[in-house]
Amino acid sequence: MPISTRMKLDMLRTMVLARQFEDSLTLLCREPGKIAGMMILATGQEAVGAGVCAVLNADDVIITNHRSHHHLLARGADPKALMAEIFGRRTGCNKGKSGTLHLAVPEVNALCTTTVVGAGLPIAAGLGFAQQYESRDAVTVCFFGDGSTGEGSFHESLNLAGLWRLPVIFVCENNRYAGAQSYAEHTPVASLAARASAYGMPGESVDGNDAPAIAEATLRARERALAGEGPTLIECMTYRWHGHGEADRQRYQPADEIAAWKKKCPIERLAKALREAGELTDAELAGLWAEAAAIVADAVRYAEESPWPAPEEALDDVWVV
Amino acid sequence: MQKLGMGQAINQALREEMQRDPRVFLAGEGIGVSINDSPMLPTAGLIDAFGPRRVKDTPVSEAAIAGLAVGAAAAGLRPVVEVMFNPFFTLASDMIVNHAAKLRYLSGGKTSFPLVVRVKSGAGFGAGCQHSHNLEAWVAHCPGLKVVMPATPRDAKGLLKSAIRDDNPVVFIEDMGLYFVPAEVPDGDDTIPIGKADVKRPGRDVTIVTWSKMLGVALEAAARLAERGVEVEVVDLRTLTPLDTDAILTSVRKTGRLVVLHEATRTGGFAGEIAALVMEKAFADLKAPLRRVTGPDIPVPASPPLEKFYIPDADQVVAAIEEIL
Ligand SMILES: Cc1ncc(C[n+]2csc(CCOP(=O)(O)OP(=O)(O)O)c2C)c(N)n1
Repeated sequence: MPISTRMKLDMLRTMVLARQFEDSLTLLCREPGKIAGMMILATGQEAVGAGVCAVLNADDVIITNHRSHHHLLARGADPKALMAEIFGRRTGCNKGKSGTLHLAVPEVNALCTTTVVGAGLPIAAGLGFAQQYESRDAVTVCFFGDGSTGEGSFHESLNLAGLWRLPVIFVCENNRYAGAQSYAEHTPVASLAARASAYGMPGESVDGNDAPAIAEATLRARERALAGEGPTLIECMTYRWHGHGEADRQRYQPADEIAAWKKKCPIERLAKALREAGELTDAELAGLWAEAAAIVADAVRYAEESPWPAPEEALDDVWVV
Repeated sequence: MQKLGMGQAINQALREEMQRDPRVFLAGEGIGVSINDSPMLPTAGLIDAFGPRRVKDTPVSEAAIAGLAVGAAAAGLRPVVEVMFNPFFTLASDMIVNHAAKLRYLSGGKTSFPLVVRVKSGAGFGAGCQHSHNLEAWVAHCPGLKVVMPATPRDAKGLLKSAIRDDNPVVFIEDMGLYFVPAEVPDGDDTIPIGKADVKRPGRDVTIVTWSKMLGVALEAAARLAERGVEVEVVDLRTLTPLDTDAILTSVRKTGRLVVLHEATRTGGFAGEIAALVMEKAFADLKAPLRRVTGPDIPVPASPPLEKFYIPDADQVVAAIEEIL
């Protein structure tokens, strides 16, 4: 199924929002005492969240990881609630319990998020199992990085999902790094998509900066899953523009490598394609950026004006009572 | 005397032991090439000094890292492997708990596993409960593992040297907050024995037993109470297994009052073990019920005011002591 212009414009809007959101965090996290904890961003990888989520239905479920902002925004999470959580405020989507690393937004079917590398995959199998068990017309998407495939959980989960034909789409966001280790320093084979065959499912490698291509691959995988044919592994080839976290000075990332990938910006690429097709004017593009900037400014203001949680609120939410 | 943060002291111990013994090698995630180039970190610069043959950056694979240590140790090497954050110990735990701790026993004492697992731990950096979870009591519950939790750079260096030379598996837990607090460390081959507690401040009125980062909290409380004429004795356990029961009992018999302080959560925490020891062996010497000051029974939250609520502080220790004076 071809991806409509309407969907492409939506993907562009989503990517621009994610970029604005994270660029603002790059600046905010440098201000002493403003945001606690590590700041882990997906700048340059926005096409993955936008492309995958563009073709999901409201009932579909996603599970993401430590680098989640672009996935959650693409899924439609409220930027204000995300920003307030990142700021540790009571009004945050997780009342300050999570901070930036494990943002869970059940309102958009991002039921839980884990920062334990690789841990999303077995949970995705469980989410998909529940969908299969109750014959729900929905699939589960699991986002994880290339480094996660070093964990046993990657292999165990793909094996189980392949065996039981679970309706799961495993989306590997191959940004070429796991921490400071480059892809070749942590994995001995050239293609992660190729590993799918070991677990009885198709594996597809897509240009991870091409949002419409990612959307098409996701659509195919979704149809397969809904037809009862089981899981798919999609490897999105992209690049981490920033360090692992914002404090990382990227000594190990060659400057020319970073520069080359910045030329492949997923946002500029889709904008250019839409302009050339006569579907987008420069003024409309400027409008998208202005709209995103206003949303993000509003979210930051909301977060900064929100109250801190009272200390004793730490005791809440451990148990269902 | 040189002043070092705990990370630098650990770094020195690793350097000196690697120089001393060619069988010592390191493995872990980003221990060679790291996302953090601070010279205060334990493995800073080691890959430049010893090269990638002895400083192994691994894939993100805790089970394989721990298993690598078990196998290499059985085959005669002396691995020192790193678990990046304490919660990820769970991924390494099959190899450590079911294998490093048990395989010697299963061999009837014929095989040994001289390995060290360095675990970075502690709350206080706003990352939340999947990065901050003090699991020392879990590990101490496993016969066959030694558990070391130093509180000062000097102890860290001396204890790590002993751990590397020990023929048993040692889980060496480092609170990351201590990496950046400099203190004096003697030059040279200053080893500190595993299994020996250390009285960090003598006193006659009440004993605080603690370890790792909470030593600082205990000393702060002791200083405040001293202004009011209350003499607190602070016993830094340094090692949980094997436990220096003599040091605990000697102090409690002297003061007759005990507070046990740890950052880990309360229920099933190691304070309970110390309480049981004292009830069994020194009940008659107690002048008042003992008290525990610990983290509450919750996961460590990320938001600063919530995380601060989690971490025990000197106010709580002073209040606990006032209750039993
Ligand atoms: C089990 C576990 N081990 C180690 C870490 C520390 N860590 C956080 S992210 C990361 C690298 C993950 O690489 P990848 O899966 O490729 O995701 P990316 O960060 O590149 O998005 C590591 C090692 C962790 N969070 N969980």
